[in-house]
Amino acid sequence: MNNSITQYFRKEMFPHIWCPGCGIGIILGSMLRAIQSTGWEKDEVVMVSGIGCSSRITGYVDFNTMNTTHGRALPFATGIKMANPALKVITVMGDGDCAAIGGNHFIHSARRNIDITAIIINNMIYGMTGGQYSPLTPTGKLGSTAPYGNIDQSFDIAALAASAGASYVARGNVFDVNQITHFIKKALLKKGFSVVEIIADCPISFGRINQLRTPVQMLEWIKSITVAKRVWEGLPEEEKAGKIPTGEFLDIDIPEYTEKYQETCNRIQQGRREK
Amino acid sequence: MDKKNNLKVYQNEKTVITVNEDWCKSCGICIHFCPKKVLVSNEKGFPEAKNIDDCIHCMLCELRCPDFAINVEKKEKTVEHIVNQKGLED
Ligand SMILES: Cc1ncc(C[n+]2csc(CCOP(=O)(O)OP(=O)(O)O)c2C)c(N)n1
Ligand code: SF4
Ligand code: SF4
Ligand code: SF4
Repeated sequence: MNNSITQYFRKEMFPHIWCPGCGIGIILGSMLRAIQSTGWEKDEVVMVSGIGCSSRITGYVDFNTMNTTHGRALPFATGIKMANPALKVITVMGDGDCAAIGGNHFIHSARRNIDITAIIINNMIYGMTGGQYSPLTPTGKLGSTAPYGNIDQSFDIAALAASAGASYVARGNVFDVNQITHFIKKALLKKGFSVVEIIADCPISFGRINQLRTPVQMLEWIKSITVAKRVWEGLPEEEKAGKIPTGEFLDIDIPEYTEKYQETCNRIQQGRREK
Repeated sequence: MDKKNNLKVYQNEKTVITVNEDWCKSCGICIHFCPKKVLVSNEKGFPEAKNIDDCIHCMLCELRCPDFAINVEKKEKTVEHIVNQKGLED
């Protein structure tokens, strides 16, 4: 293999565990290309995950890694970033991990605007545990706990992150692979809470029950439901239904949490010295 | 086609395509979405670069492979190749 991203692999762990065609592997490749383009040393990078198929990513990469508990990647990542703000901290979460059990941590990380990059692998289902619907399962789609179709509305996780206080928010999909690498790179370089949601295929837990059995069918479907944001904005309301806009939703510069914390410490210490 | 363990190597004067059959899970993504239909499935579902002459080095097969199993490399032009192309040999 002459592919230079293999320098980040724990090679003895390959071939990886994910099912044939699973989008998590595509996203892993994009993440590694994005990290490579920053020129960061492996030892500067910390990758933290929760629980789920997506969260197994941390087992395959030769950074400082932590596989934590379900929904709690962001609290652990926050602790790491507060202890050493020089580290480049990235969390990888599934849609259930991030938006269901970890939903509260997610909005508060955004509210604080702490300098962490959150990658959300949105395969629209609980992959690992057999296809229970998640807060990101589209209305009407089937899950093992929604055999007659999901009646819930799904979250717009990008809008949620943006309104909660993040600095950078983008959404891509595994088919448009160069675009997600670009978004991840921008998110990594952003000071503040940055979010990249990636629509991914899970041919097993989502695909089988939704008549999208093969990875190719799943990718064709993802291609058909995702629309570039500027095109989406021009669509009549009835055509927006069932479609997901992709692109960059937010890119702003606002005060970051660890810096504000350091400024506060400096101010208090200065005050004490002057007494 | 050379065989080296389970790494299959396909090449012509412009391109080298390698398929790591130990890692490939026969998902079919690279084959289906190649814009030039370079790749065909063999009996095990592994991609074979049957139409390698048509490869345009778009890299999409490599970038979308979930298993890091296919690699495309554009060969650097050799001196002879450049000389021949420019007709400077005589
Ligand atoms: C506290 C707790 N509750 C429930 C579980 C069971 N569990 C493991 S993974 C998972 C959901 C996985 O779905 P998602 O986060 O979307 O990731 P995916 O597997 O789809 O990548 C659940 C509910 C757990 N491990 N811990
Ligand atoms: S169950 Fe779904 S998400 Fe999990 S490895 Fe298989 S295809 Fe990927
Ligand atoms: S690089 Fe592009 S044209 Fe060449 S085999 Fe791969 S997908 Fe096909
Ligand atoms: S995309 Fe990768 S894993 Fe899938 S068939 Fe092609 S080489 Fe094999």
